[in-house]
Amino acid sequence: MEPINVVKSVIAPLDRKNVDTDQIISKEFLKRIERTGFGKYLFYHWRYDENGNEIPDFVLNKPEYKEAKILVAQDNFGCGSSREHAPWAILDYGFRVIIAPSFADIFHNNCFKNGILPVKLKEEEVDEILAKGLQKPYTVEVNLSEQTVTGEDGAVYHFNIDPYYKEMLLNGWDEIALTFKYEDEIKAYEEKRVVFK
Amino acid sequence: MAKNIIEKVWESHVVHREEGKPDLLYIDLHLIHEVTSPQAFEGLRLAGRKVRRPDLCFATMDHNVPTKDIFTINDPIAKKQINTLAKNCEEFGIQLADIGHPDQGIVHVIGPELGLTQPGKTIVCGDSHTSTHGAFGALAFGIGTSEVEHVLSTQTLWQNKPKTLEIRVNGKLGFGVTAKDIILAIIAKWGVGLGTGHIIEFTGEAIRNLSMEERMTICNMSIEAGAKAGLISPDEKTVEFLRGRRFAPKEEFDKAAEYWLSLASDPGCTYDKVLEIDASEIEPYVTWGTNPSMGTGITGHVPTADDYESETDKQALRKALEYMGLEEGQPITSIEIQHVFIGSCTNSRLSDLRTAAQIVKGKKVAPGVRAIVVPGSHSVKKAAEEEGLDKIFIEAGFEWRNSGCSACLGMNEDIIPAGERCASTSNRNFEGRQGAGARTHLVSPAMAAAAAIEGRFVDVREYLKQEQEA
Repeated sequence: MEPINVVKSVIAPLDRKNVDTDQIISKEFLKRIERTGFGKYLFYHWRYDENGNEIPDFVLNKPEYKEAKILVAQDNFGCGSSREHAPWAILDYGFRVIIAPSFADIFHNNCFKNGILPVKLKEEEVDEILAKGLQKPYTVEVNLSEQTVTGEDGAVYHFNIDPYYKEMLLNGWDEIALTFKYEDEIKAYEEKRVVFK
Repeated sequence: MAKNIIEKVWESHVVHREEGKPDLLYIDLHLIHEVTSPQAFEGLRLAGRKVRRPDLCFATMDHNVPTKDIFTINDPIAKKQINTLAKNCEEFGIQLADIGHPDQGIVHVIGPELGLTQPGKTIVCGDSHTSTHGAFGALAFGIGTSEVEHVLSTQTLWQNKPKTLEIRVNGKLGFGVTAKDIILAIIAKWGVGLGTGHIIEFTGEAIRNLSMEERMTICNMSIEAGAKAGLISPDEKTVEFLRGRRFAPKEEFDKAAEYWLSLASDPGCTYDKVLEIDASEIEPYVTWGTNPSMGTGITGHVPTADDYESETDKQALRKALEYMGLEEGQPITSIEIQHVFIGSCTNSRLSDLRTAAQIVKGKKVAPGVRAIVVPGSHSVKKAAEEEGLDKIFIEAGFEWRNSGCSACLGMNEDIIPAGERCASTSNRNFEGRQGAGARTHLVSPAMAAAAAIEGRFVDVREYLKQEQEA
């Protein structure tokens, strides 16, 4: 997993609540057995019409947001299916940070396993950032060590993050290798585990 | 101190606890299917790791499988994914209920059926509807593929302890109202984010009165309420359901039962949050929008923009109605449907099929409606056929299929065409869920059956009353 600390880019404003993982990556793209190559299918049915042509109104199709590494959305981002193909598609497309007032639990967990930083800000702060970004391209710098989002206009927003996941993202750790250090405790647990014959 | 079941099960699975870290939890049962596992097995291979406890894993094929000719998979990518699971299970020594195997079925239907699902277990699967197993008092939740890999190699997971939420469903359900209507009513009342960061325990008279299969329907959709998991304290019904099941304890069954019952929430225990709803006020539900909270009772109407305060919510309503092809204020009973899907991990068990069969018996599916029944598992299908339910459905004009996830998410050929409308007993009405441009209305099996006959949504209570009088 690629470590992450500072990401600076224009934001892609997606002013929607309850963006579910079926929208992020549609079921027809879940049959592949690889982890990569999902970026071109990200938000497929919002990005393309039935003939495969770009829908010009959709945020990711607007030229000013094409280079965005930071996605900003409303409440409950990533709800629904547990498919990790959703964060894989987001990462493969080029996003490293998602800012929203809240995230669905499974999606939130999946982000940390893939080097994507989910930033929770207050609803009014997200509204403010979205409003700026919708008006004209708005660049922010997200700093994980400092736990800040700083706008090009000098606006600073602070966010909280679980210290364990912060370390993991900063260092790009392999969680399984870390867990192997607890092998003795896992064994000890297995010996006293309740099992009925 | 009085404890709730969530605390009891969580605490009994902590392998390692340390300030500033999530808990390391032991996982008792890992269910596996073809869609969310290939990258996890590949990860093991690349790192030269093994499956720590293949004996605690059980795999099946459900998402991609055809429901007509089960051995003919036309999509080469789907076929590769199916074959990959078979190879992985063989290589790592994991039990697999392959296509055509008598144990095959939707992973959340076969777990309980085989007695793999038991109270007090921690159960995970790379599928959000793993919450279904909570009906037994298990702590069951969906995980991503990286976590699947973590469980395969360590049989544990790092998890922050969620908050606890009690949803008390008081009173008795009205005639013709079902478990599906309870959970749709809960989500409509408090929204799809109501359970975020929480594990729900469903309690109250209406929940105690439900059968195990109905309890599974409720817990199944906890994820649609945004919860990490949803569960119900075990009682005698739980114990009786498990007695004699293949993977349930045998010689120590009574001892196990005693332990299971001891896990039920203690009288006087507390939760971080408590919500209450009166079962007697719940009507048969129909969703009209593009997330499961966008629903109302059958006697209701599609809302209007004036019903919402914020511009974001008004906008969300307009977007949903545009997608669904509905008008603001339209009565629910005026909505005509072209498809009916009875199936999915929410409502494809024997009791669901019995309820639907009772309604369609001796009638015909309305002209222009295509209706399919997809049993949740091979055993459900067999049991239904032994009772003659297949004949009732077929005579009424339904298609009788083989088990799988099918049109709930349309990963196989069972897709709803763009712009067409489906009364579905599944769990998600997201845009494109059942096919690009497809319009999904979530309902109970009883409501779906009545809609199939009438070609539009009708109040199944009136329908059942007329039946009784006739």
